Amino acid sequence: MAEARVILISGTRKGIGRFLAEQFLAAGDIVEGCSRDAADWSHPAYTHHLVDVADEAQVKKMLTSIQRRHGRLDIAINNAGVASMNHTLLTPATTVDRIMDTNVRGTFLVARESARLMQRRRFGRIINMSTIAVPMRLEGEALYAASKSAVETLTRILARELAPFGITVNAVGPTPIETDLIRGVPADKIQQIIDELAIKRLGRYEDVANVIDFFIRPESNYITGQVIYLGGAG
Amino acid sequence: MTNTPGRSEVLALVTAALAEVLEQNGTPSSEPLGEETYLIGRRAVIDSLGMVTLIVDLEQRIDEEHGVALTLADERAMSQKNSPFRTVGTLADYVVGLIVEEQGNG
Repeated sequence: MAEARVILISGTRKGIGRFLAEQFLAAGDIVEGCSRDAADWSHPAYTHHLVDVADEAQVKKMLTSIQRRHGRLDIAINNAGVASMNHTLLTPATTVDRIMDTNVRGTFLVARESARLMQRRRFGRIINMSTIAVPMRLEGEALYAASKSAVETLTRILARELAPFGITVNAVGPTPIETDLIRGVPADKIQQIIDELAIKRLGRYEDVANVIDFFIRPESNYITGQVIYLGGAG
Repeated sequence: MTNTPGRSEVLALVTAALAEVLEQNGTPSSEPLGEETYLIGRRAVIDSLGMVTLIVDLEQRIDEEHGVALTLADERAMSQKNSPFRTVGTLADYVVGLIVEEQGNG
């Protein structure tokens, strides 16, 4: 039997992060997850870390723990993210900090510390989360989309910097999915976005998992620096 | 748990880390590695990517073996007039200095 993969997923307390964790666990993988709050679910092959991904010391401590217990990390999925929908004229600076801290600083820190562990074995897969709000330039999502534009640029440049270490870096850009992130967004706004897609429906967790499965396959070792949008957006 | 390594221990760590980087690159050194081995410049035994790997490897070894978490390549290191990364010896000196400083703060 093949060696179990060691997979780190940020933001596993709920939503897509939890779904992905459960999928990998069902497939026999070892999953390390994190969020700022305790998880209300568990599994024998799952370890939950109480980590704010924007906190450098906490992220380092988590990766040290993974290194000590498993000696390696095969896959890191930068799923933790926060969204905010508001008109620019009504957006306070504290929102800028909150979004940039989690989405940009958090993605960077988890990617950096993961890559430091992955480079030892000259193998790794890093997956970042973007959004269709980037190519669709959605009004009301200026900050959220800007933070994810930064994530896309990080993805493309890290792909180049980490390629010599056998690490690929790619991103998936989901459409709206029924998660906490879009709760509170008016239904007509969601419908408007769906109408602009090539495939006119809400996304499903399975759609995101499918793109991630493609990126992490051993055969995808020649795929890096790419952003795949769901639903034909972009 | 932390234990303070002396200069000779740090020198051994740097040399071992460098040997591993050269081994990984498939370019083991034909000459013995020591104080005077160049890490940057024309006579360097590694390229810039090798330097990145060396620094990461060294930080990890110091943390694992001595429980000290150092950041070797920060703005301060990069802005020094004489780069601490010139040779194995200068790098060992720099690491010893950082460890002393770190433990003074702790």
